[in-house]
Amino acid sequence: MTASNGYSVEVEKLVKRFGDFTAVDRISFQTRSGEVFGFLGPNGSGKSTTIRILCGLLHPTSGRAIVAGYDVVESPELIRRNIGYMSQKFSLYADLTVFENLRFYAGMYGVPAAELRGRIDWALEMAGLRGRESSLTGTLAGGWKQRLALGCAVLHRPPILFLDEPTSGVDPLSRRLFWELIQQMSSEGVTIFVTTHYMDEAEYCNRLALMNGGKLIALGTPTELKLGSIQGSLLLLECDRLGDAIERVRRLDNVRDVAVFGNALHLVVSDAAIAPTIRAALESYGILVTGLRVIRPSLEDAFVALTTRHGADDASELSP
Amino acid sequence: MIERLRQILLKEFIHLFRDKQARFSLIVPPLLQMLIFGYAASYEVNRVSTAVLDFDHSQESRDFLERISASSRFQVREVLQNESQIPSLLDHRRVVLVLQIQPGFAELLRKGQTAPIQAVLDGTDSNTALIAVEYINQIAARFAQDYQLQLADRTRPTLATFAPNIELQERPWYNANLESRWFFVPGVIGTLVLVSVLQLTSFAVVREREIGTLEQLMVTPISPTELIVGKTLPFLIVGLANVVFVGILGSYWFEVPFRGNILVLLLGTTLFLSSALGVGLLISTVSQTQQQAFAISFFYITPAIMLSGFGYPIGSMPTTLQYLTNLDPLRFFLVVLRGTFIKGVGLSVLWPQMIAMAILGAATLTIATLRFHKTLD
Ligand SMILES: Nc1ncnc2c1ncn2[C@@H]1O[C@H](COP(=O)(O)OP(=O)(O)OP(=O)(O)O)[C@@H](O)[C@H]1O
Ligand SMILES: [Mg+2]
Repeated sequence: MTASNGYSVEVEKLVKRFGDFTAVDRISFQTRSGEVFGFLGPNGSGKSTTIRILCGLLHPTSGRAIVAGYDVVESPELIRRNIGYMSQKFSLYADLTVFENLRFYAGMYGVPAAELRGRIDWALEMAGLRGRESSLTGTLAGGWKQRLALGCAVLHRPPILFLDEPTSGVDPLSRRLFWELIQQMSSEGVTIFVTTHYMDEAEYCNRLALMNGGKLIALGTPTELKLGSIQGSLLLLECDRLGDAIERVRRLDNVRDVAVFGNALHLVVSDAAIAPTIRAALESYGILVTGLRVIRPSLEDAFVALTTRHGADDASELSP
Repeated sequence: MIERLRQILLKEFIHLFRDKQARFSLIVPPLLQMLIFGYAASYEVNRVSTAVLDFDHSQESRDFLERISASSRFQVREVLQNESQIPSLLDHRRVVLVLQIQPGFAELLRKGQTAPIQAVLDGTDSNTALIAVEYINQIAARFAQDYQLQLADRTRPTLATFAPNIELQERPWYNANLESRWFFVPGVIGTLVLVSVLQLTSFAVVREREIGTLEQLMVTPISPTELIVGKTLPFLIVGLANVVFVGILGSYWFEVPFRGNILVLLLGTTLFLSSALGVGLLISTVSQTQQQAFAISFFYITPAIMLSGFGYPIGSMPTTLQYLTNLDPLRFFLVVLRGTFIKGVGLSVLWPQMIAMAILGAATLTIATLRFHKTLD
């Protein structure tokens, strides 16, 4: 157990193996109180596994994790009183009403009787479900269900909240509303640990951790990641016959990486000065180039650049 | 904490009763099974389809066959003329029994010698075959006895009145008419409640695992004990209600008497169900899906029924199996069911069974609790 030092989550050389497979590979990081900490990474990179260890649902193979000042192995029960968790597969009891679900979780978390009504009212308000207390939860639309699940997870006012892909499969408006709730809780001092596949959501985070193949490959603010991820410059290429263009561009010297973005290509090059060479090369193959210019990398570029770079580094290792 | 327990019990009862389909599957299948088993599960064999082949064509042979067809045990479907007809009849299961009387049957009888009757049986269902043979034996013995009296009557009328006429009068206790239903109905109650409670318990946990709420529940401060009590108590109550409900149906519909004390039965049921609940929880710890839980539950249910003495007397099992039956709580519960229903005996007789079930229940629940962690690995 550590003394309070401003960190709500501390992870040190955390490892989780399932048989021979290493799902989480010696990761270390800290989150500060009140921070929105984003956890990004391709499918199977170990995000959910890490969160489950932090919630005391899985035993780490080795390493250390301290949540709210308690060690996950030594005192999972104390951690549970201090965290809220929405699992990736978040779900409520469909045959219980909105009120019954809230009442049930309030009971599980031991919300004192005096605060009960107030907390449930607050959750109803937050989820926008006032007046629908007695609707069966199974009949609610996705966005409402998700906000109700969040309400259920924070009835006991936990200082740390773990949200594992809370917005997957929810419409954009609901996602926006959900993130407003997250920002609000963060401003009240709640640490929010959130995984997502949406880059626009990642932009809302104070800091991001990028996982790949169980390893933590980058950690920083969104801006830091964007600037640090690309060694060289990023070019936006608009042309026809994208498939051919990718083939051709790949073979050119000084082009480090190519990725498709919508109906254009992003090229990572060592030096922006080679742009005319690229244009000339493509045109010599009869590809019509309609645009080629230097752009600032987006978070998605950073994400792609970092994961492919590290994927190549670790080619010898098993990574799904 | 009482509040936590209260909330989880409330939730489980909502799952059990709110949904129309859930209510239906709680009430209708046990009733239906009781009715089906009550009618189907029986040692008695009636209306055995029979063919007869009489080569003797005598008064005596006709007399004997008359008795066969008069008995409700047999139904004479075919009267044959020659033996070549037999194989195809049996092959096509038109009949399961062929009675054949050889020429000279009457002559042998008149001389006071043993007269054979040949019975050809379809042994596929050996149970029916054996029971049918037993009935034929009874009818033949009766016939022989009557014939002897008749013969004596005709030849030596004066002695006839003094002819020794010994008849064995069986008086089975508890079940004077040897109604096999009386034996089976309590057994059906026991197996029914085992199956329903085992599956309800394992499904209740596995369903939450499937939909993902179990993971959500595990991060709350609920203790494993609270979770286990919350996940078993409702099904104990359902099981007790089931026994009462199906028991009432059994005693009214099938006219099986209930002669004992309902409290003794409920105590026995509670002790028995503690094992069923424990096994249900154990199944839930090793199953990821409801289908898995369903399949695994059969690995328990089938031997539990086989070893319980439900259909097959424990006394006729190989010795090793007989020892094994002591691990089967259903074995003891059937004794309690039959004891309270038919014999009307109380704790002074049933205490060994009660203790055995208590030990098995405590052991199963302990193992289940130890295995039931609040973690995913
Ligand atoms: N209980 C388990 N047993 C064996 N392997 C597991 C188990 N749980 C997870 N894994 C494996 O560990 C790897 C990491 O899984 P995890 O769920 O942590 O990934 P993730 O980053 O959350 O992915 P996603 O974005 O798809 O949610 C995957 O390859 C997964 O198959
Ligand atoms: Mg995941």
